[in-house]
Amino acid sequence: MRTLKTAWKHIRRSPYQAMAATLAMFLTFLLTGFFFLTSVASAVILQYFEGKPQITVFFRDQASQEDASGLTTTLQASGKTAQVRYVTKEEALATYKTLFQNDPLLLEMVTADILPASLEVSATSPQYLDDLAQTIASYGGKGDIIEEVVYQKDVVDALISWSNAIKVIGGVLAGLLAVDALLIVMTVIGMKIALRRDEIEILKLVGASSWYIRLPFLWEGALYGIWGATASWAVLIGVIVWMRPVLLSFLEAIPVFVTVLSNPTSTIFLTGSAALLGILLVTGFLLGIIGSAVSVGRYLKF
Amino acid sequence: MIRFDHVSKHYPGHRGALSDITVDIADGEFVYLIGPSGAGKTTMLRLIMRDLIPTSGTVVVDEWKLSSIPTSQIHHLRRRVRTVYQDFKLLTDRTVYENVAVGLEVLGKNEREIAKDVIKVLSLVNLEDKYGLFPLQLSAGEQQRVSIARAIVGGPKILLADEPTGNLDPDTAGEILDILEEVNSIGTTVIMATHNASLVNERKKRTLALDDGSIHSDEAKGRYHVQKKKHANA
Repeated sequence: MRTLKTAWKHIRRSPYQAMAATLAMFLTFLLTGFFFLTSVASAVILQYFEGKPQITVFFRDQASQEDASGLTTTLQASGKTAQVRYVTKEEALATYKTLFQNDPLLLEMVTADILPASLEVSATSPQYLDDLAQTIASYGGKGDIIEEVVYQKDVVDALISWSNAIKVIGGVLAGLLAVDALLIVMTVIGMKIALRRDEIEILKLVGASSWYIRLPFLWEGALYGIWGATASWAVLIGVIVWMRPVLLSFLEAIPVFVTVLSNPTSTIFLTGSAALLGILLVTGFLLGIIGSAVSVGRYLKF
Repeated sequence: MIRFDHVSKHYPGHRGALSDITVDIADGEFVYLIGPSGAGKTTMLRLIMRDLIPTSGTVVVDEWKLSSIPTSQIHHLRRRVRTVYQDFKLLTDRTVYENVAVGLEVLGKNEREIAKDVIKVLSLVNLEDKYGLFPLQLSAGEQQRVSIARAIVGGPKILLADEPTGNLDPDTAGEILDILEEVNSIGTTVIMATHNASLVNERKKRTLALDDGSIHSDEAKGRYHVQKKKHANA
C-alpha cells in the first residue's frame, strides 16, 4: 500500500496539523460516544420501567375474581397491554413478606385479609398509559369494585422526557462537533494539497494516475478519523471501568447493568466494548474520508 | 511516432502560438526545436505531452490521438512521454534516490525493482555515488542529471527536454547533451527545445526551426538559422 505509506509520510512531516485534526475527531467522538452510551443506558432504564407493572388497580374486598376478569378482558381488548396479571390477596401477602422479611413486627401485624387483590397492567408502549387509565376510569361499576388506581405514569414520563432531551442535546452537540471536525480535516487537507502543489505537478508529469495522487490525502483524513475514534473509545471504556462501582451502586436494581458492569472481562462487556469501537471506527473513517474527499475534490481537479 | 497534422494553437486573448504546423517525427529520432522566445517551441512540447489541446488539427503520438484521450487516462501517455525542464522540477525535501524513484513508484514497481532501476539510471547519468544527497547539495548540472534520470527511469519512449541547458555553463551543457544522446542511442526519441546555438551547430541533428508559430525550416543536420536571422535583423 504505497499510497498509505505516502499518507503516513505526509502526517509525519506536519505533525501539528495532524494533531489538530486528530484532536478535533477525538473530542467529537468522545462527546458522541458519551451521549450514545447515555442514550443506550436511558433506553435500558426506560425499558426496565416499561417492563414493570405500570398501572396497579387495587380492588375492594367485595370485588370477585370474575370482576377482575371482566376488567382484564376489557383492557386486553384495547390491544395496548403487554401483560395483565391478577394478584390475589395471598400473593400480595407473599410479596409483602418478601419485602419485609427482615422486620418480624410488620409481618406479625398483617394477614391476607387486610391486603387487597390487585391487577398489574403493563402497556406495550408508555404512550398508551393515558388510554389505559381512561379505560379503567370509565369501566362500568368502577366505584363498587375498585378501591384505588396507582400508575407510574409520572416516573415513565420523566424518563421519556430525560431520554428525549439526552437524544436531542447529544444529537445537536455531536452534529456540531462533527461539522467542526469535518471543517478542520477539510482545512488541513486543503493546506497540505497547497503545500504539495509542486510535488503533485511532478507526479502528474511522470505519469501518476489521479488516484495515485488523491489516495494519500484520502487516507490521511481517514487516519485522523480512525485515531480520534480509537482514542475516544479508550477514554470512554477507561472511564466506565473506573466508575464501575459508582455506576453499579446507582443501577443495581436493573439486572442488565449488573450483568454488563459486574465484570469488565466478561464476554458481554468485551462484546459491547468491541461493538462500540466498531461503530466509532466506521463513523470516524467515514467522517475523515468525507472531509478529505471534499478538499481533494475542490483542490485536485484533473 | 509523433505526427502534427495542420495543428494550430491559439491562447485566449493572444495571437496564435502555433499556426498550421504539419510535421512527422519518427521513432528514435533526435530533434532540436529552435527559435526565438515565443516562437512556439514549448507549446509544441506541451501539445505532445497533452498538457494542451490544439485549437485545430490533430496531434498523434503512437496509437494515441491526443485530443481524444480523456483526462483520466493522460497518465498512460505521460509514462511513455517524459519531460525534462530548465528549472529541473526536483523535490528538494527528497534525496536524489527518492527523486528518481518517484518515476518508478507511479508505475507500481516494488522496492526491489525500484532500487535496481534507480541505481542503473543513476550510473547512466554518473550520479551513482550521490544517491543520498538532497538536490540543494548538488550543482545545477548534477540537478539536471537527476531530472533526466527521473525522466528516463522506467524506459519512456519519448523524452521531451525544454531548454535543459538553459541554466548551465557550456561544458556542463555539453555533458547534459552527451547524456541525452546516450538516451537516444538506446532507442528513445528525444525532442529538445533550445536556444543554445553552439550545441545545435556542433551536434548536427535534425533541426526544426520555428518562427512566430510556424515551421521556418526542417533540416536533417541543421544549424541555428533563426537565431542568426533575428540577430542579423536586430
